[in-house]
Amino acid sequence: MSDKQVISFELNGECVEFLCEPRQTLLEVLRDTLHLTGSKEGCSNGNCGACTVLLDGRPVVSCLVLAVECEDARVRTIESVACDGALDEVQSAFLEGAALQCGICTPGFIVQAEALLDANPNPSEDDIRFYLAGNLCRCTGYDKIVRAVQSAAEKRREATAAG
Amino acid sequence: MHAFEYSAPHSLSDAVSLLSQANGNAKLLAGGTDLIDQMRTGRFRPALVIDVKKLAELNLLEFDSDGLHVGAAVTCYRIYDEPDIANDYTALADACHIIGGVQIQSRASMGGNLCNSGPAADSTPAMIALGGHCVIVGPGETRQVPVEDFCTAPGKNVLERGELLAEILFPPRPANSGSHYRRLIPRNEMDIAVVGVGASVELDEDKQTIKSARVALGAVAPTPLFAKDVSESLAGKSATDETFAAAGEAARQIVSPIDDMRGTADYRKHITGVLVKRVLAAATARARGETINYKAGRD
Repeated sequence: MSDKQVISFELNGECVEFLCEPRQTLLEVLRDTLHLTGSKEGCSNGNCGACTVLLDGRPVVSCLVLAVECEDARVRTIESVACDGALDEVQSAFLEGAALQCGICTPGFIVQAEALLDANPNPSEDDIRFYLAGNLCRCTGYDKIVRAVQSAAEKRREATAAG
Repeated sequence: MHAFEYSAPHSLSDAVSLLSQANGNAKLLAGGTDLIDQMRTGRFRPALVIDVKKLAELNLLEFDSDGLHVGAAVTCYRIYDEPDIANDYTALADACHIIGGVQIQSRASMGGNLCNSGPAADSTPAMIALGGHCVIVGPGETRQVPVEDFCTAPGKNVLERGELLAEILFPPRPANSGSHYRRLIPRNEMDIAVVGVGASVELDEDKQTIKSARVALGAVAPTPLFAKDVSESLAGKSATDETFAAAGEAARQIVSPIDDMRGTADYRKHITGVLVKRVLAAATARARGETINYKAGRD
C-alpha cells in the first residue's frame, strides 16, 4: 500500500486538511473522510453526474478526480448551496416543481445547474438540456428538472434586477 | 482501485526521468476521465501515476508564427472558450463541445484524447483535418509526428517507452479557410461516435474553387483515418454539392468499419458518405465567412 499523504484544500469556503491515499477519489474523500455525503455515488465512472462538484469553479465529476490532485484547489459541494439553512433559488425551484423523485441525482443536478446559471443567467431550454446532459435521472423524464432550472433562472434574474 | 504512487512533477525533464525510470510501469495522468476509470476497473494497474498538469509546457495554449500550440494537458473547455480557436480552428472547438458532458469537458485533455488512441476519439479527426503535428518529448531528441500517423491500432500509438506527448502544433490557418467536425450518434449528447468526420477547406480568392482540403474519418477503421486521396482529389474542384457528394462516395470506399452495438459496417459506410458531404459543405460555408446552422451536439 502506498503511503497516505496530507492534502489540504478549500472546501466550501473553509480550509480543510486530511490524509488520503493516491488511489482515493475526491468523491471517496468527501463522503468517507470529510463526511459530506451530499455528493452521491451513482456510476463511479463519470457517466451519471450524481457526484458533480465545483473544482476551482468548474463542474467536475468527483469520481474521476483523485483527491491528491486537489491540493490547494477550491472545492464546492452541494452542502454549500443553501445559505444558513435557507434554500437557494435552484433548490427551491426543484422542490416547488417536484423536479425529483428518488433524489439520488438531485445534488448533482443542482450543482450543475448552479454552474450553468453562473455562466449563463438566461439559458434557453436547449442550453439547459445541453449543459445538464452529463447528469442522468432515471425517474423524472427530465422535463420537470428543465422547468425547475428555467424557473430558478427567472427568479434569480428578477432578484438581480431588483438589486 | 489498486494502490499506486503519485507524483506531480513541475518540470518536463523530471517527468521524462520519472517515466523512463518506471520501466513501463507508469501512466500519465492529465484529466483522468479515461485513466481513473481504467484503473478502477483494473484494466491498467500502474505502480506510478505521473500527473502532468503542473508542467507549463503541457498547459500552453498560444499562437505564434508557427501557428497554434495546444499543450497536451489543455482541457476541452479551454479550447472552445478561446475565441481565436473557435473562429479559426473551428473543427477542434466543434469536437471539444461534444466530448462527454460539460463535467468531462472541464477535465478531459487534448493529449489524453489522442494518447488513448481510440478509433472513435472525437478530437482526432479534427486535429488531422487541421494538419496538427504531435510534439513528442523523451529521453532522446524531441520529434514531431503528424497526428494522422500517431495512432497505430486501437489503444496503441507511436510513443516509445519514456516518451510523452508535449503538445499538438497546428499550422497557421490560410485565408479563405474553414473547418468542421461532426459525428453521428443515436442520442443528442454523451455518446461515442458511430462515425465522426473532420474536414478543413481552403478556397481560392473567388471562394468558388477548392484550393486544398483535408478530410479525416473516425470510428470507421482501427485508427482515425486521414483520407489522403479524397483530400487531394478535392484540390482544384468547384466547391459544389456535387463535388462534396463525390468526395463522400470516394470516402466510403476507403473505410473498413466493424459491426458493433453502435452500428453495422454497412451503416457506417453509408454514414461516412453522408457526413463527408455535409461536413465539407459546412467547412466551405465557414471558409466563405457564412454562419452555418449547426450548434454543437444539437443537430
